[in-house]
Amino acid sequence: MAERRFEVSRLPGFASVAIAVFVLLYLPILTLVVFSFNSGPSVAVWEGWSLHWYADAWNNEAVKGATARSLIIATCASAIATTVATMAALGTTRRAAFGGQTFIYVVINQPLMVPEIVTAVALLILFGVVKQATGYQGLGYLILAHAAFCTPFAYLPIRARLEGMDLSLETAATDLYANPWQTFRHVTLPLLAPGIAAGAMLAFVISLDDVVITEFVKSGGQDTLPTYMLGQMRRAITPEVNAISTALLGLTVILLTLFFILTRKKN
Amino acid sequence: MTQKAAITAQKIIKAFGQGAAALRALDDVSVDIATGEFFTLLGPSGCGKTTLLRLIAGFEMPTAGKILIDGADVTEMPPNRRPVNTVFQSYALFPHLTVAENIGFGLKMQGRPKAEIAATTAEMLALVKLEAMAERKTSQLSGGQQQRVALARALAPRPKVLLLDEPLSALDLKLRKEMQVELKRLQLETGITFVFVTHDQEEALTMSDRIAVMSAGRIQQVGAPRDIYTRPVNRFVASFIGETNFLPVTATPQGARLSTGDVIAAEGEGSVLIVRPEQLRLGPAGVGAGLAATVTGVVYFGTDIHVNLELSDGTALTARVPSPVDGGADFTTGQPVAVTFQPGAARLIRE
Repeated sequence: MAERRFEVSRLPGFASVAIAVFVLLYLPILTLVVFSFNSGPSVAVWEGWSLHWYADAWNNEAVKGATARSLIIATCASAIATTVATMAALGTTRRAAFGGQTFIYVVINQPLMVPEIVTAVALLILFGVVKQATGYQGLGYLILAHAAFCTPFAYLPIRARLEGMDLSLETAATDLYANPWQTFRHVTLPLLAPGIAAGAMLAFVISLDDVVITEFVKSGGQDTLPTYMLGQMRRAITPEVNAISTALLGLTVILLTLFFILTRKKN
Repeated sequence: MTQKAAITAQKIIKAFGQGAAALRALDDVSVDIATGEFFTLLGPSGCGKTTLLRLIAGFEMPTAGKILIDGADVTEMPPNRRPVNTVFQSYALFPHLTVAENIGFGLKMQGRPKAEIAATTAEMLALVKLEAMAERKTSQLSGGQQQRVALARALAPRPKVLLLDEPLSALDLKLRKEMQVELKRLQLETGITFVFVTHDQEEALTMSDRIAVMSAGRIQQVGAPRDIYTRPVNRFVASFIGETNFLPVTATPQGARLSTGDVIAAEGEGSVLIVRPEQLRLGPAGVGAGLAATVTGVVYFGTDIHVNLELSDGTALTARVPSPVDGGADFTTGQPVAVTFQPGAARLIRE
C-alpha cells in the first residue's frame, strides 16, 4: 500500500477556511465595485444600476487634474526607476563578486525596509530646504520621491531575469567582434527586455498607488488620484470615489497581468 | 612544421585566486600552433586545456607570459579585436535571433555591407547543410543542428583560427562520429587553423594533425598522433592515450632487466618499460624464447580478446590478441604461456 503523502488540502476544514479567506479578501472590493454602479448617492444603500458616478468623475476637473498628475508622475518616476534599476542590476550581476556587494543591495532595497512614513518626513524636510533655496515648486519633487521608492520594485524582476541569463551569450558576442556597447545593444538588452518591461510596470503600479509619501511631499494643488480620494473621504463619501477606485483597480489588474505574463517561466 | 605559427604561447602562467591559495591552472606553458593545422589540446578535466583556449580567445588574461596570433602580440587585446572565433561547449547560440541572424552576427558587428553578410550567411548555411533552417529560431533545432549553427557562426567571419571547446561532448555517439568527419571536412575545405579541446583520446587521435597532451597545468608532450601513441614521453601520456603495460626495470648494458631476471632490448631511457597490449605475442610455454607467464583471466571483446597475465614475480600484464575463429587459439585461466614482444614495441620511459 502506497504511503499517503501529506496534503494540506486534505485537512478537515480546509475548504471552509479557504472560502473565508477569499470572502474576506475580495468581498470588500466586490462591494466597492458594485456600489460604483449605484444610481443613488449612498455607498451602502442600493438604489439601482447607473453609470452616472463614472460620468461625474470623468467630468470632474479636480479628478482630471489628479489623474493627469498621477499618470505624469508614474510615467516619469517609473522611467527613472527602471533606468537606475537596470544599471544597478547589470552592475551587481554582470561582473565578479566584489567587496561591499551586500551593502549595495541594502542601499538599493532601502525603501523596502525603512518605514514609509520615515522616508516621507525626511523628504518633506529635505525638499522644504530645497524649495526655499531654489524657489522651484513643480512636480519634480514628487517624481524624484516616487522614483526613489519605485527603484527596488523595478530592480528585483530585472535582476531575476539577468541571473537566469547565460553569461556565455555575452562572451560569444564579444568573441564575434561586438564591442561592449554592441554586446549590450544586440544581446543583453533584447534578452533583458521582458525583465525591464516587467520592472517598469511594477514601478508604475507602485507609484500610481502611493499615498503616504505623496501626501507629505506634494505642494498645494498637486493632488494625485489617491491623495484626492483621501481628501474626499474627509467629506461626504459618494460612489464617485468608488468609480475612481474601480477604474484604478482595472488599470492595476491589467498592468499586473502583463507583469506576470512577462515574468512567467517558459516551459 | 616549417610554416609560420598561427598561434604562439610563450611561458604562459595563469593563476586563479591570490597569494598562497592561488591555483595555477596553467604553469609555464609554451606552444606553437602552425597555420592550417588541426591542433588538439587533450587532457583530463582540470588539466588547463580550456583555460589555454580562453586565453587565446581573450576571455581571460594570463598572469604572466605572452600570446601571439600570426606573429602579433595580442596578450592585452580584448576578444572582439582578435581574429579568432570560438565554438562553445554550450553552443551559446543567441535565442532571440534566427539561424541566419546568428550566423551573420559576427559580420554585422564588423560592419560589413548587408549584401556581403547575406552572401556569406547563405554560403555558410550550405557549408553546414542547414539551408532549409535559415529562418528558424535556434530553439527549434536539434542538438546536432545547433552544433552546426555554432560552427557556421564561428566560421562566417573567416577567422585566422577557430577555437573549439569540447564541441562534440553534448552529442550522442553516432552523431559525434558524424560530426568528427564533418569537422575534419570543414577544416580541410576552409584551410582555417583549428584548435580543438577534448578529453576524448580517440577523438584526438582520429582528427588531429598534432596533439598536445596536458596534465596539471602543463603540456606533457606535443606530437603527431602516431608519435604520441608509439613514443609517449612519460607514464601520464602512456596511460592517458590508450592502454599500456608498465614494467619496473633496471637498466643494464645488455638492456632493461626485469625483476624476473629476463633482459629486454628497449629504446629510450628510464626505469619503466612500457608495451602496448596489442604488441604482445603469446606462445606455448617452454618453446623458444619469451617471458614465462600464467593466464589469470580472459575477457572477450568481439574484435579481440584481452588476456590478463601474471609474470613469475607477480607483475600483471594485459595482452590483446585477435579473436579466435572457430574456437582457434583461445586461452584458459591457469594456462602457462610464453610472452614475446613485437620488435621495437618495448620502450623505456621516465617515471
